[in-house]
Amino acid sequence: MPVATVLLALVAIWYPAALWMNHDLAAGLAEDGASAWTVALASLSLDRPVLPAPHQVVVAVLAGVFGADILSPRSLVYHAGITASAGICGFALALLLGVPLAAGIVHARTLDRAIMPWVIASQTIPVLAIAPMVVVVLGAAGQTGLVPKALIAGWLSFFPVTIAMVTGLRSADPMQRDLMRTYGASGRQMFWSLRWPSAIPFLFPALKVTAALALVGAIVAELPTGAAAGLGARLLAGSYYGQTLQIWAALVMAGMLALVAMGGVALARAAVVRGRGGRL
Amino acid sequence: MTVASVTRPAPVAETKDFAETEAVAETEGVAEMEDGAETESVVRAEGVSLTFGTGAQATQALSGIDLTVSRGSFTSLIGPSGCGKTTLLRAIADLEQPTAGRLVVAGQTPEQARLSRAYGYVFQGPALFPWRTVERNVRLPLELSGMPQAEQAARAAHYLGVVGLAEVRHRFPWQLSGGMQQRVSIARALCFEPPLLLMDEPFGALDEITRDMLNLHLHRLWRQRGLTAVFVTHSIAEAVYLSSHVVVMSPRPGRIVEVIDVDLGPGERPLEIRETPEFLAIAYRVRAALRAGHSYD
Repeated sequence: MPVATVLLALVAIWYPAALWMNHDLAAGLAEDGASAWTVALASLSLDRPVLPAPHQVVVAVLAGVFGADILSPRSLVYHAGITASAGICGFALALLLGVPLAAGIVHARTLDRAIMPWVIASQTIPVLAIAPMVVVVLGAAGQTGLVPKALIAGWLSFFPVTIAMVTGLRSADPMQRDLMRTYGASGRQMFWSLRWPSAIPFLFPALKVTAALALVGAIVAELPTGAAAGLGARLLAGSYYGQTLQIWAALVMAGMLALVAMGGVALARAAVVRGRGGRL
Repeated sequence: MTVASVTRPAPVAETKDFAETEAVAETEGVAEMEDGAETESVVRAEGVSLTFGTGAQATQALSGIDLTVSRGSFTSLIGPSGCGKTTLLRAIADLEQPTAGRLVVAGQTPEQARLSRAYGYVFQGPALFPWRTVERNVRLPLELSGMPQAEQAARAAHYLGVVGLAEVRHRFPWQLSGGMQQRVSIARALCFEPPLLLMDEPFGALDEITRDMLNLHLHRLWRQRGLTAVFVTHSIAEAVYLSSHVVVMSPRPGRIVEVIDVDLGPGERPLEIRETPEFLAIAYRVRAALRAGHSYD
């Protein structure tokens, strides 16, 4: 219900906005003496509107999803799949990089001092600035397509995992740590029996951010690579040729991918919660 | 890998019971030779001092502690806040390092004793792991020592029975009351059958009735199993009720004022014993010692 309400409000704002923004364009195309009503109708059904009306976007998305074979480059599902695979690889990279990094930072003070500034610095560099460089360097090394995109997506998304896990791995209370010491627990036992399980509740909120960022990273990585496929490539091509409908359709598709990603994280969380008897 | 290697899952507890019956007999014998010439000491402190911090911030938590805890005894450390009773217990457990003096725990240095799991420690709070069921919490120390699965299960079942929590073994800690959680933590400290039990105000956060029940339970456990325990509390009644010896401490710096023997006979102590003149006389002596050690400067 709340979602539907927000959607309704959005549509209510959107139609007048589309009318207003497309008016000049539609009036220019219309015959002289056309009624205001005709112009208004025309402004909601332009081929290349400034702001497409919601129904146009819906039609474009449906056509993209169901109107073409999913393996053809005309299909939005195909492009979403390309982007999603890069995003998923980036997400996996973020975990593979972020979690061990956090474990290292928590275990060795020198690592904390040596690595933490670099981790933070890495996030202050705009991805758009380094993405072309990564693509060029990897391209020279013979890597194109998935690898550079996954790297950029991972780069953009490992930070929340690292920060959350550093906090989480340090979150065990002193009494629990003393308890483990009284058992003469080794560092490894301390990690797997206490630090890791107490970090899990910190992991899931971070995973949501990471999933979203990995998707953004994958899309951004497609922009400067001149990629032929992927939602980013659709956005780029759309803006080259003024195909606003294509841009909006790709944006909606990206939004839906993000929803699926959030759903995946929520499912994983639910499974862990069940394993823990109903509480994280 | 583990199931096959188990040779005697269930009988373990029984053998142990037998050993403990012997231990009880021994304990009762020990209680009679008061001067302790032949008693085996489980904890021995000689001139132990401990200072936190350095320079102007230094606070002396313990000063010149001499203490012997003999096998089969129940020793309570009592005193006002800041008298170092918890610090002394933590030093015995190798969770704090004395700055001077010597500590021997189960015939070893405190560190060796800790690494060989020579003591079970019960904290002020239950310190259970919320992601583990009651049973898996009790099994934690057994898991860490690499005990075969089946034996772990048998031990956990046995000691959960001992504290009367066999039915809730598949629940999670948050589904239990505070008193039950603390009993789980006692089962966890007992299950690897350490020669020494260290308890730091384990019932401090519980209501009076629950506390009474747990006192009754703990005293029975101690008697039946011939445990050796060091117990920190600031309740006079609790200290006298549970103990064979009450060590009265005083603050600034933490030191021992007096060690009072509790001679209430070797038998079971019902809660009502706390109203008898013998009990009250000992409680009075503890109170007097506490007052003597307390200064208001």
